[in-house]
Amino acid sequence: MGFFIETLIGGLMAGMLYSLVALGFVLIFKSSGVFNFAQGAMVLFAALAMARFSEWANHALGGDSLLLANLIAFVGAGLAMLFVAWAVERFVLRKLVNQEGATLLMVTLGITYVLEGVGQTIFGSEIYNIDVGMPKEPVMMLESMFEGGILINKEDFIAALIAAVLVGLLTLFFQKTPVGRALRAVADDHQAAQSIGIPLNRIWVIVWLVAGIVALVAGIIWGSKLGVQFSLATVALRALPVVILGGLTSVPGAIVGGLIIGVGEKLSEVYIGPMVGGGIEIWFAYVLALVFLLFRPQGLFGEKIINRV
Amino acid sequence: MLYRENGQFKTTYAADQQIFTIAQDRWFVIGVVAFAALIVPMLADEYMFRAILIPFLILSLAALGVNLLVGFCGQITLGAGAFMAVGAYAAYNFLIRIDGMPLVAALLLGGLTSAGMGILFGIPSLRVRGLYLAVATLAAQFFCDWAFLRIKWFTNDSSSGSVSVSELSMFGWVIDSPAEKYLFCLGFIVLFALIAANLTRATIGRQWMAIRDMDVAAEVIGIRPMYSKLSAFAVSSFFVGVAGALWGFVHLGSWEPAAFSVDRSFQLLFMVIIGGMGSILGSFFGAAFIVILPIFLNQFLPAIGSLVGITISTAAVSHAELIIFGSLIVFFLIVEPHGLARLWAIAKEKLRLWPFPH
Repeated sequence: MGFFIETLIGGLMAGMLYSLVALGFVLIFKSSGVFNFAQGAMVLFAALAMARFSEWANHALGGDSLLLANLIAFVGAGLAMLFVAWAVERFVLRKLVNQEGATLLMVTLGITYVLEGVGQTIFGSEIYNIDVGMPKEPVMMLESMFEGGILINKEDFIAALIAAVLVGLLTLFFQKTPVGRALRAVADDHQAAQSIGIPLNRIWVIVWLVAGIVALVAGIIWGSKLGVQFSLATVALRALPVVILGGLTSVPGAIVGGLIIGVGEKLSEVYIGPMVGGGIEIWFAYVLALVFLLFRPQGLFGEKIINRV
Repeated sequence: MLYRENGQFKTTYAADQQIFTIAQDRWFVIGVVAFAALIVPMLADEYMFRAILIPFLILSLAALGVNLLVGFCGQITLGAGAFMAVGAYAAYNFLIRIDGMPLVAALLLGGLTSAGMGILFGIPSLRVRGLYLAVATLAAQFFCDWAFLRIKWFTNDSSSGSVSVSELSMFGWVIDSPAEKYLFCLGFIVLFALIAANLTRATIGRQWMAIRDMDVAAEVIGIRPMYSKLSAFAVSSFFVGVAGALWGFVHLGSWEPAAFSVDRSFQLLFMVIIGGMGSILGSFFGAAFIVILPIFLNQFLPAIGSLVGITISTAAVSHAELIIFGSLIVFFLIVEPHGLARLWAIAKEKLRLWPFPH
């Protein structure tokens, strides 16, 4: 029983991490109708920027204060993401207003390549560390209830907490602020939003910036866990079933989807995996999402898709 | 002046419905095929065959298959690489497990197996569409990646999932020199292009296009979405599967599952986008572009670098390749969403009037 709960909690924590990446997808889709395949590349880019800026800042400060160096690096990486957002809007999205979803999807595939190339050219393509002082040691919990207690990674716990806070803030941002409302209007219809005076270009920069910041947070957490390297870009592929399961337009959906996928992956790997030779994590998430899709084509929390002729 | 249909009257239905209604088109295509079959083997050297011509032919066959699904039936797929893998491994198993299995039959059976998988993974398309479907097709990709790596039966119990095919022969003709391999692939691609051209102008192709343009409306006028969508998945996967089998057998010789990773799927999709969605000719343009560009950049960038006195490391070249490749995709989608095939069509339109533009 203790082992089951441990796996379950491990899955929930992993799910929160997926949710963080999935959030970036949802944000951009919700507010610009673009399915942003480049989210993974943005995570990589942000994490690379963070890692290198922190290294450089630490070097410049003489290694006195890690916190200060990290703060400088965070701002620097944020600015880098602002630049990315601006460039994407200025050179790509502005020219593709009112195009079909498929075209926009493929454009973001192109952006993925550019970001991966630029990121590695500027920041290098080695493996870097991000040290933001996250505690690494695991803790035992509930020792009285189960034999041997439950092992929980403190790092995972903090990451999950950060993700939860981020989601709360984003929900407030979307529901309560004028900018959030404008974002939702743009998502519904580019032209109609423009016609009532919403500055499309500025909105897009904002939304890509927000997605960039989310990518940065995800990049820091993933990066401090796994090290910053090229494979970070592939977390996007791990997060895709999460978005699909939760619904492309729903922020809570990204969280719930993430949790379901995280738990499903871990449990299947532990209990079904040995029967078929292991390594089923990756496709199991997709198949799980597919099964959900067959019953709810718009995802768990997505807006109902209505087809008109 | 040269390209003008004046004086070509169609007097029968057959003449009206042929693939190339204009004589110049017909002769041009026949000329290109004849050139490729007769002159190219004499001119090209071994490097040319191995690095450019054979990959180009096989990938254009795969791109053609993807184009049938994405361009003609409007179902976005990100799992084409998986169907290549299914084709390759199925053909391999047919070849080694059944004694005296002819090569061509094995390749076609590989394609058929892939078509079966295509139908299976096409079923979600009946419920979900657009972006959701694109992600659903990724399930096929990851499942196949896993299956060929972990299930030993598929790979004849080889350790890392890598298999190899030693000798290729057809009716006593041993295919071993690059030129022979090239001709073998050329035969396949010409045949399949012809099939594709005929499919797309027949009932089934028209149904696909109706589904692509608006599936609800197509259903209203009596087209069965299930039949049309699944047939598109089946035919497309068949093409892609045969291409995968050729890629493994003829181009690579020995391969492992990584040869058909998700990157391959993206690459095929790019070929279709850059070449032109819903155009058979476009698949060839797209494949040529994607095959030649990296080779060109690899040669060209260090040359430029040494010209200005900087040595560009191989890592920098590969990064620059990524950047240029990505920018070109973005550029194409912005400037010419209909791809290279559209540029070709514009050129032909201009040629009709040239040299008297009024």
